[in-house]
Amino acid sequence: MTLRTRILVLVSALVVLAGVATASVLHASARAERRNQAQPGGPLITTGTVALTDSRRLVFRNMAWGPHRDELTSVPASDPSGPRTASKVKCLRFYAASGTGVCLQAVHGTVQDTYRAVILDSALRVRARYDVPGIPSRARVSPSGRYAAWTAFVGGDSYAGTNFSTRAAIVDTRTGRLTPSLEAYRVVKDGSTYRSSDVNFWGVTFADDDRTFYATMATHGTTYLIRGDLATRTVTTVHTNVECPSLSPDGTRVAFKKRVEGLPKDAPWHLYVLDLRTGRETALAEPRSVDDQVVWRDDRTLVYALPGDYGADLWTLPADGTGRPRRVSTAAVSPAYPR
Amino acid sequence: MYVADSRAGAPEAAAASAESAARSRAGRRLTAVGPTVLALGTVSLITDVSSEMVTAVLPLYLVAGLGLSPLGFGLLDGIYNGFSALVRLAGGHLADRGGGRHKWVAGAGYALSALCKPLLLVARTLTPIGLVLAVDRTGKGLRTAPRDALISLSSSPETRGRAFGVHRAMDTAGALLGPLVAFLILRETVDGYDAVFTVSFCVAVVGVLVLVLFVPGGGVTRPAAGAETPAAPGAAPTERAVPRPTLLAALALLRRRELRGITLCALLLGLATVSDSFVFLLLQRRLGVPDRWFALLPVGTAAAFLLLAVPLGRLADRAGRRRVFLAGHGALLLAYGLLLTSWHGTALPFAVLFLHGGFYAATDGVLMAAASDSVPVELRSSGLALVQTGQALARFACSLAFGAAWTAWGDRTALMVSAVALALCALFSTILRPVRRTPATSAEGLA
Repeated sequence: MTLRTRILVLVSALVVLAGVATASVLHASARAERRNQAQPGGPLITTGTVALTDSRRLVFRNMAWGPHRDELTSVPASDPSGPRTASKVKCLRFYAASGTGVCLQAVHGTVQDTYRAVILDSALRVRARYDVPGIPSRARVSPSGRYAAWTAFVGGDSYAGTNFSTRAAIVDTRTGRLTPSLEAYRVVKDGSTYRSSDVNFWGVTFADDDRTFYATMATHGTTYLIRGDLATRTVTTVHTNVECPSLSPDGTRVAFKKRVEGLPKDAPWHLYVLDLRTGRETALAEPRSVDDQVVWRDDRTLVYALPGDYGADLWTLPADGTGRPRRVSTAAVSPAYPR
Repeated sequence: MYVADSRAGAPEAAAASAESAARSRAGRRLTAVGPTVLALGTVSLITDVSSEMVTAVLPLYLVAGLGLSPLGFGLLDGIYNGFSALVRLAGGHLADRGGGRHKWVAGAGYALSALCKPLLLVARTLTPIGLVLAVDRTGKGLRTAPRDALISLSSSPETRGRAFGVHRAMDTAGALLGPLVAFLILRETVDGYDAVFTVSFCVAVVGVLVLVLFVPGGGVTRPAAGAETPAAPGAAPTERAVPRPTLLAALALLRRRELRGITLCALLLGLATVSDSFVFLLLQRRLGVPDRWFALLPVGTAAAFLLLAVPLGRLADRAGRRRVFLAGHGALLLAYGLLLTSWHGTALPFAVLFLHGGFYAATDGVLMAAASDSVPVELRSSGLALVQTGQALARFACSLAFGAAWTAWGDRTALMVSAVALALCALFSTILRPVRRTPATSAEGLA
């Protein structure tokens, strides 16, 4: 091939490829239009007032197409697939309890997105904002509404690779005191103080005494359930192979995702419930790998998200290992039952 | 919170340098690198734009788009990296067999990675996404050694350092541009991950096309025909029987004193090279760099690498590659020293990142240039793969050891120990001094 032919081939290919690339970008940007149209058969959504004090409703991030995509939305707790009321407040992750909400948001910048955690009052007004160092993942509020916690994935090296570390932050919403990373806490493992550079925390869940919390700690390839003490700033390991714990309302059990031998390495989690007094684990009747921090609807029922056609759907399951999973709402993630 | 070493294999480099086709036999001293090097550099630049676009948005896509957590990837990453090292050796060997397959093996690697991009559009759960990324890594492992061999084969020994410098600079420029492009697309679209993957695919195809169209195919001219071709001045002139490119011959390369010396140096120094993630973490801890700036630290290192790759590559050609290679480790030692002092000035992060990028600029391509001098043409690709893999494994071992040391003694002491180890390894490498090859003596074919 002569140089001339080669350049001709390259230029023609460039034209075609540039066309494809431009078309795909235009297609994606035109989606704003289509996403402003609700998809046929989708849930009915109207703008309205979403309060974090109404115990008869369920609040989540709405993922259905339409003008209210990604907004905090409430539905009747007794009919989660019923008509939705959207709030105009957009969150990636969300949780609420006793009139306090925590909303993890993206802030679109000029050359980079940044993230922040916003503390909301019962009428979704902003009370405080905190920087989040990476992509937000888990969010929780203590049952009293006083403490909020969130987890972010931090890429230590954006230049190559797909490694992440996590940082779990806890804030006292009354005093504003922020612990940006649980790594500041003393770790007690097997009865003595433990130090390691590779410690990662994620998935905080609070007890109702506003002092005790549980979370995941990972170090040297093992994940631990840890019990934390906000007063002494100490965490103590209590069980192994526990991720994203969620404490039951009565404080006796923890629902969690467990890494199970023999499953694919990148979809390895099954749901379990651990009895904190006896240490007994109960496998739940969900055959799929679940990557979420479940929410207790009451002392017997769990709610969690699984990937679905429009991002994620909400499923429910009995907490005692019986029954079978049931889809309660499509295009929804980050559920919370304000109590 | 640490992140395991994700860069154990050193920054993915592309190949550059290609005078074999264009260089005039008359020995006109070329002031710039040849068209093949530029073509390979362009391929790497384009490919890195494509791959870093995906890398930059993937975590966000998983968490915000699909509602998954990317943590599973972190656990798989080590496996992929180990696998990639093995594929690299295989790629090197395949490219050497049959004489001139470098271009086609490298091209297969680039094409494999390109094909992975549209697959990301259909893979919507972690398992298939994990598989796609594994195939992507395979492509990356496959192409690295043949590409570096092409760079070395298409540049003359006296300009080889510069050729690798140009290539590494172009490669890094692509890596810096990629995330920017991805971010611009996400800004212009609504959840435009599909657009990012599609554009990434188109860009990757352009990379493959540039390789196919503008990198000369034959690659290696066998020096058997008597006169040493300019493409192969690095082959030891004493070589009588040309080794056949078998696996055994590739391993037998380590019997060569010179290559053994270089590999040993790379291994020793690699064992004392603290992984990037740790350097950034230490910097953050020493200085209290705000969390939101943490992601910018690697960009600082990459920028310094980009700036310094060409000048240090040229310096390596003039002052000697070993010297520059060792000086690069000196820069790293200095960076460790700065991290250990109690100085907390605002200039500190800039100084540390500059030295850190300088370390890469003085070692990454320069090592390949140095190794090229002592590997015969027929085994160039296997030889370079051997050195790269050895270095990557040494750095990985260092990461594990450093993590353990940090746990046992704390970050400061661990860094102090690493600094001492690095100084000792550097000292030993200076004394070891494998046969010194000056550009003047090895370049007689050009006169």
